[in-house]
Amino acid sequence: MTKKHSEVAYQVMWNRLISVVEEQAQALIRTAFSTSVREAGDLSAGAYDVNGQMLAQAVTGTPGHVNAMADAVSHFIRRIGPANIFEGDIYITNDPWEGTGHLHDITMVTPSFYVGKLVGFFACTAHIVDIGGRGFGADAASIYEEGLYIPIMKFANRGIVDDTLICIVRGNVREPDQLIGDMYALATCNEIGHRRLINMMEEFNLNNLEGIGTFILENSRRATLERIAALPRKSGVGEMTVDGFDTPIKLKVKVTVYEDRIVSDFTGSSQLDKKGINCPLVYTKAYACYALKVAIAPEIPNNAASLAPFEIKAPIDTIVNAVHPAPVALRHIIGHFVPDTVFNAFDKIVPGLVPAEGAGCLCNFQVSLRPRSDATAPNGARRSEVLTFNSGGSGARPNHDGLNATAFPSGVMTMPVEATEHAGPVIIWRKELRPDSGGAGKQRGGLGQYMEVGAREGHEFDIQAMFDRVNYPALGRHGGIAGASTIINQDDGSTMRGKGKQFVPHGRKVIMAFPGGGGYGNPKDRPAELIKRDLARGYISAKAAREIYGMKQDEINAVLSAVKSGNYTQ
Amino acid sequence: MAKQSVRLGVDIGGTFTDVVLEVGNQTYSTKVLTTYIAPENAIIDGIQQVCTKANIQHSDINQIIHGTTLATNALIERRGAKTALITTEGFRDVIEMRTESRFEQYDLNLTLPDPLLPRQMRYTVPGRMDANGNELIPLTRADILPIVDEIATAGYQSVAIGLIHSYLNDTHEKLVRDVLAERVPDIMISLSSEVSPQMREYERFNTVVANAYIKPLMKSYLGRLEGRLQDEGINCSIFLMHSGGGIISIENAANFPVRLVESGPAGGAVFAANIAAKYGLDKVLSFDMGGTTAKICLIKNQTPKTSRVFEVARTYRFKKGSGMPISIPVIDMVEIGAGGGSLAHIDAMRQIRVGPESAGSEPGPACYGRGGARPAVTDADLILGRLDPNNFAGGSIKLYALLAENALKSELGDQLTMDATTSAFGLTEVVDENMANAARVHAVENGEDLSEYTMIAFGGAAPLHAGRLCEKLGVNRLLVPPGAGVGSAIGFLRAPFSFEANRSVYMTLKSFDPKKIKNILSNLKIEATAFVRNCDIVSPILAEFKVYMRYSGQGWEIPITLNENQAMNPNVTEFENRFIEDYTKLFGRPVEGMNIEITVWSVNATTPSENVSRVAEKINGETALIHCERNLFDPALAKFVNASVVLRDYMKSGSVTQGPSIITEDETTIIVPSSRNAIRQPDGCIDITRKI
Repeated sequence: MTKKHSEVAYQVMWNRLISVVEEQAQALIRTAFSTSVREAGDLSAGAYDVNGQMLAQAVTGTPGHVNAMADAVSHFIRRIGPANIFEGDIYITNDPWEGTGHLHDITMVTPSFYVGKLVGFFACTAHIVDIGGRGFGADAASIYEEGLYIPIMKFANRGIVDDTLICIVRGNVREPDQLIGDMYALATCNEIGHRRLINMMEEFNLNNLEGIGTFILENSRRATLERIAALPRKSGVGEMTVDGFDTPIKLKVKVTVYEDRIVSDFTGSSQLDKKGINCPLVYTKAYACYALKVAIAPEIPNNAASLAPFEIKAPIDTIVNAVHPAPVALRHIIGHFVPDTVFNAFDKIVPGLVPAEGAGCLCNFQVSLRPRSDATAPNGARRSEVLTFNSGGSGARPNHDGLNATAFPSGVMTMPVEATEHAGPVIIWRKELRPDSGGAGKQRGGLGQYMEVGAREGHEFDIQAMFDRVNYPALGRHGGIAGASTIINQDDGSTMRGKGKQFVPHGRKVIMAFPGGGGYGNPKDRPAELIKRDLARGYISAKAAREIYGMKQDEINAVLSAVKSGNYTQ
Repeated sequence: MAKQSVRLGVDIGGTFTDVVLEVGNQTYSTKVLTTYIAPENAIIDGIQQVCTKANIQHSDINQIIHGTTLATNALIERRGAKTALITTEGFRDVIEMRTESRFEQYDLNLTLPDPLLPRQMRYTVPGRMDANGNELIPLTRADILPIVDEIATAGYQSVAIGLIHSYLNDTHEKLVRDVLAERVPDIMISLSSEVSPQMREYERFNTVVANAYIKPLMKSYLGRLEGRLQDEGINCSIFLMHSGGGIISIENAANFPVRLVESGPAGGAVFAANIAAKYGLDKVLSFDMGGTTAKICLIKNQTPKTSRVFEVARTYRFKKGSGMPISIPVIDMVEIGAGGGSLAHIDAMRQIRVGPESAGSEPGPACYGRGGARPAVTDADLILGRLDPNNFAGGSIKLYALLAENALKSELGDQLTMDATTSAFGLTEVVDENMANAARVHAVENGEDLSEYTMIAFGGAAPLHAGRLCEKLGVNRLLVPPGAGVGSAIGFLRAPFSFEANRSVYMTLKSFDPKKIKNILSNLKIEATAFVRNCDIVSPILAEFKVYMRYSGQGWEIPITLNENQAMNPNVTEFENRFIEDYTKLFGRPVEGMNIEITVWSVNATTPSENVSRVAEKINGETALIHCERNLFDPALAKFVNASVVLRDYMKSGSVTQGPSIITEDETTIIVPSSRNAIRQPDGCIDITRKI
């Protein structure tokens, strides 16, 4: 029997459920082994009803996981089979199409039982540093080369962990301890969510989640539909070209607002790429949804109902709807550009709401260090995989400058340099803002950053580059100028490619400049005070102040001398 | 008059400066308005008042313990000194780039808080240490001199020095300091390797910058205070409460002012810990709710839980990540935007949301009749019969129920088709749930089960909500101590002399080196003890040892407490067992076959806590005199009930009132839900327990 609860009680329960999933996510951060999870927060956690509809999701995490994971649980229910779901079970997959877009994301789902009856599911996803294969990068020609594939299966059956699975995983990855540790961390995180859910059900005398589930979904659906109904019924087309691996990629979307839904149609985007930058539809959808939600309904929590009105279409075998066995390891590169493309379209429907283009995809790289091979390596030289997450500048907003070196649309954090240098024999020689990289405008684009990386004495390494915007910088909006492009080379001047695995000999460093965001509005309209401030802080050079913003030389001199004498303290 | 101990506790808060004078067993307290321009004026004023009450001379005071929010306010309001940072080449922007992430992912117009120092005030020098503390690139005087000249020219008052990996090797930081001190002798200098020798450059650099930024201000204030007190004939020693819940000398406070940042709340936690000791309670949840925020802290074995890092000056709805991290020993507290003044609204999902926006004291909640139109928690409390409109704050503020009703109707009820009472019920349930959630999450993060805990509630709004919170959390017992309005200042008087020294040094259990461990911990003990000895030359000093451990590869350490023997005769099996035991408690199961490592070492030197005599607890007695009866809404029953009103001042020791009941006093009102009974204990605490 389902007891009828008051409106006030349901409000309290909804709050509680959001707190439960938040706690689930925090538990993952505190028990995870991969730096990508514990330092960077590349994860997601959520609670689901018995049909696999998502009821609540932690705000901790990143949009690509958040929205992709919404669909995952129904795949688990179908694959495992409802008759085969038992108390104590834990399920696992890294299927790019039924999980969150590449083999490097492990998703785990735990059924939640209360007095012997299935009442819901908990799911969580984390980005792990290595899954074998060619390593994290775009070099594979098919999914088979990208690493170990774990189909949807039981990690634990009625509480007993599958040793065969553990053995196979251990035998196929570069950092087995770390990965197994992370698998346990994911299981722990669901377990903590489950325990707290049961406490809540006891406290409110619930037998199931039907009443509260309906309450959450109905309110969320109505709120989302109200926002959509308030928009003009129009269409807009947005396009963007990015580097791709060997050939440029075109992203194209037509966004159409209907009375009760918004459809994003990616017809006209590039075909599949030969390399692993293709994006499964689930991940494209995640970021298209994110872009529209952050623009029109930012405070409505993510759940099955609030995400449902955002529909997506894309022809099969395109860069935004890659199917098995296309390589997809770096699907985030295309995925992170989806919001800018959607914004380009949405600006034509509701002008003055969305930002200019930004750095878009994260400026990540992974280094595979090993003892030097050109001469005898010293004792203690070792192999190690180190992944770092870094960000360029975000696009300028209609009323605010872009954010300097800050991830958008991704929600991950960077790792502290001191922590990275403990993770392996790597040295980060430089990590600081890149002056003159923010696109000029009435509002300036966010600055990108410089990084320099090398190995400790006695080591050489491969760098797996995952950069874009080398040839296609972030464009400005409404008269704003483009941000600076990505640059990558070695300290002896030899050039490197923006993507792919590349060898760096003993003693050499890789020098990188990450892109800035595009500007918004005409630079001539930028307030003089802000130009002076940018010059004083060194966000822009004297040359840029003069040539782009039209500042007079005597004004420039006045600012620079005020800085020297300590009188410019803003 | 016979020589007896006369001690003074002073807490400078945002609105009030609380002064508590203790003469033997007698306590006298007062609240005066904080005087921002010269905070020492309010102190002198308050001292005057309590000395008159106690009928003693200023010169009779033996000791002053002081805590202040001035350091915190200077950071929040950006009123610090002209400060420069000298850091490692290539890392000029660490404090500006933060974590390169957005603390709120669903706001396109998000702005990040400015760093304390803008870019042009951050300088770099070459030289580099590696992750083992070995020198990769040397640093010479010649490298440093040009920067020192620039700093001299620009006329900075204070300089922070923060270099990469300096927590492992401070040679370069010290060299920069020496060259700087030679050239610019008057400049104040703070080293990251001294202020916060912990790994993670963003936190460490931000902490040393914050220290340097407030140092001139705090040094000058503390100097002036000493002078003013002497002028008033007070020549006793002055000590400062620090964030970790102990007290340090005025000189150490002036050198490490960042350690004072959470002194007020730390005093509150010590206050609760002292009540816990009086009642012999080993598991206590302290709950402090004022006008704007609520603070929750776990107190085990009469010792508040501590942590190594916290966040100050949050700029965005109290959101995690929107402030600046400060890595110093601190009492571990959760603070949320929930207080009597917190405002409610309806969001897009037609859900009631409460806080963190607050009505403050002007215009205040709608019921104050000062023009506030939006409903606050206090408005709901009034409508639900928890407050007496004619007797709020001792009758000094009249409350208008009609205004509260209108605000609740227009902002909440009309949209949800609820009447004012149901709206008020919804509002208080949401705010109570927010606080209960914060407490639950905090408990789970620490592997604790709150049903075994006793709550101690203080602060103006806490006793109104604590009863309901206990119901929600399954807490069986609640104590509301007397003097709750000046809890922090009383707490200062109960705090031991203490200082915690930390160091980041990596060691895996595979490379377990007992000799090195003994060495690290002994050195930390010497360092921490010196700080305490500086304050108290006679008392015995105890050392508390903690190591932070994790599985190799994890990013989150858990603190493992060691006794002196375990610390001085380190044994690898013992370390491993202690870790696995605590890890399993926190996270359910250990991870098989993984290496374990130690990352941070910590020694807290402290004088023994004073001997507390146990309260002779009463468990039953006569029924308290009922002053009148009033309708009170009971949220657990979701209806109005008839409650007896009892005056706290007239409650005799051991007298009992059965819930539903309302116990009133000038400072606050205590709500006893229908599910509980209350008894007045001999020390004045109201002891509220679940009916059997």
